[in-house]
Amino acid sequence: MRIVFKTSYDADIRLFKHNAQAFWYLLLFAIAILLPFIVSEFLIGEATLVLIWAICGMGLMILVGQTGQASLGHAAFMAVGAYSNVIYQENFSLPFVISFPLSGLTAGVAGALVALPTTRLHGIYLAIATLAISVLTEDLIVILEPITGGITGLFAPDVQIFGFTFNRYGNPVELYWLVLGITFIVVYAYRNILRSPIGRAFAAVRDSEVSAKAMGVNVARTKMVAFAVSCTITGLGGALMGHFATVFTHETFNLIISITLLLMIVVGGLGSIHGAFFGAIVVVLLPLLISVSRDAIGAYTGSGSITIPGLESGIFGALLIGFILFEPMGIYGRWLKIRTYFELFPFYRKDMFRRQKSYLKTERTQ
Amino acid sequence: MDILQLIVSGLANGCVYGLIALGFVLIYKATEAVNFAQGDFMMLGAFITLGFTNADYMDLPFWLSVCLAISIMGVLGYLLDLIVLRRMFGQSQVAVVILTIALGFVIRFIAGAIWGHEPQSLESPIASIELRFGGLVLGMDEVWVIIVTVLLTGLLYLFFARTKLGVAMQASSQNQLAAYYMGIPVKRVHSMIWGLSGIVAAIAGILFASKGTIDPTAGLLGIKAFAAAVIGGFGSLPGALLGGIIVGLVEPFAARYMPAGYSQIFPYLILVVMLIVRPHGILSQIQTKKV
Repeated sequence: MRIVFKTSYDADIRLFKHNAQAFWYLLLFAIAILLPFIVSEFLIGEATLVLIWAICGMGLMILVGQTGQASLGHAAFMAVGAYSNVIYQENFSLPFVISFPLSGLTAGVAGALVALPTTRLHGIYLAIATLAISVLTEDLIVILEPITGGITGLFAPDVQIFGFTFNRYGNPVELYWLVLGITFIVVYAYRNILRSPIGRAFAAVRDSEVSAKAMGVNVARTKMVAFAVSCTITGLGGALMGHFATVFTHETFNLIISITLLLMIVVGGLGSIHGAFFGAIVVVLLPLLISVSRDAIGAYTGSGSITIPGLESGIFGALLIGFILFEPMGIYGRWLKIRTYFELFPFYRKDMFRRQKSYLKTERTQ
Repeated sequence: MDILQLIVSGLANGCVYGLIALGFVLIYKATEAVNFAQGDFMMLGAFITLGFTNADYMDLPFWLSVCLAISIMGVLGYLLDLIVLRRMFGQSQVAVVILTIALGFVIRFIAGAIWGHEPQSLESPIASIELRFGGLVLGMDEVWVIIVTVLLTGLLYLFFARTKLGVAMQASSQNQLAAYYMGIPVKRVHSMIWGLSGIVAAIAGILFASKGTIDPTAGLLGIKAFAAAVIGGFGSLPGALLGGIIVGLVEPFAARYMPAGYSQIFPYLILVVMLIVRPHGILSQIQTKKV
């Protein structure tokens, strides 16, 4: 086990705890850059999708994992990002370099507007309000047909940066590098937000609103900022998703996507950047794994390929139930436990990560 | 006459929403958790009845199947709490929300695997009988829905207000620890309430399926029932019914008098406006938390 001897206050908020940690993360980044030389083009497409999901997941993670506000409607903000990005490019003929950040901002403003009335709500009411917003957005897209193309959807043009074209089918590797770069920026921004006063205010609100208020944190404002930041990042992810899907409709960003996003970060591990990535890997690889094993079973039994509709979401649901019951801290939490076990060997105790249980008291009067 | 017809069909729809909302409220009232799978419970209850009574499946008498389905759903609800949700005791509400969403996914998958994904309708003796009052044509099924819902809400209200078990259920939600000290078996009470809400879901499902068709995605109706529960005031039984009826009445009128595309957003629009203006519903039971 490594002991970090702190000699300044900065040690608490440094980007990396120690040099070895910095080395491993840089190595991971280097491998991510070199990935196209190692795996096939199909897998690079899947890796791009993982990164896009991870960006959307990080957006939701700020809200759920860091600030403790559940949202069941984040697909709505993905939709705002995707639609506004394409609309800025097509109708206002802005280049991608400008329309992309602008689409994130648009989603952020939409998030702040939604947050204004809803931050007074908490827990379940917030979840229901965001659920309603997700459903409403789906219908609004259909109603605003002149701008959004209604049920036929929108066609996302190729990404153009200074004359260079990125296309999912034409040059998937370059698109992968572009998405990787954006992911890097988002991760860096995410880390910096957590290191800043507002990031600590997020944590305070998550852990106890009453104590946060007592410590001088403006709870309503903090929640609104969390919403805005979260929706900005998710909007950026949505814009990329639009480019990746090339054609998208109101159904690309439906309620199921909202719920999948939330389930994804829970499976990955709430409250950490790693969790968003682990969750994204699960969400993208699960359908792949199912189809591979389906073919394998079909070949083994000789009955050909069997298709069971809805199997994917069924397995995903079962997986999630397993995680919530047996590993509420998700894949990343499990990894932390395993690592601590080996770091402290043989002194690891079973209750080291135990969380305190609380007994409920109602807020109702009768 | 036309408007009266709309009102009756709206009322019948609203009663189904109200019944699903009743299931939410029951669980919320006693355990302070929200069951996002309540709509899927309803769907499952409907499919179990359908599996017993329809000629394609087991072809049992209708009333026997209803009794069987209701008891199966009751036991299922009880076991679900005993096996799955009891492990969540003492964890945050949001964790329970996520768990029940996942449960809904699984239930939808199981129902699809057993009964298929095509819409089916329940062969019940109350379907397709028409009652005529002057110029007004009432479906027997609609009348049944309204009567059963009102009776059930009344019964449950009395149960919570008058019986020892009902009061114990309320106590165990208001302060778990204190209720435990008073000798209330809090965990068993929780399981019972889940069983009760399974029964309510089964009844809602049977009424819904005899009014129209049912398929595994019917559980998404639960979202409208959410709107109903919030509009009425989460935690209030008559409120759930009231909210359900409001949502049910708004829908046919919006569909009639609004351009296509706008009508289906109305329940959610009311929900959002309600959450902004009066977050705790019409029959509010919540005060802000004091330290």
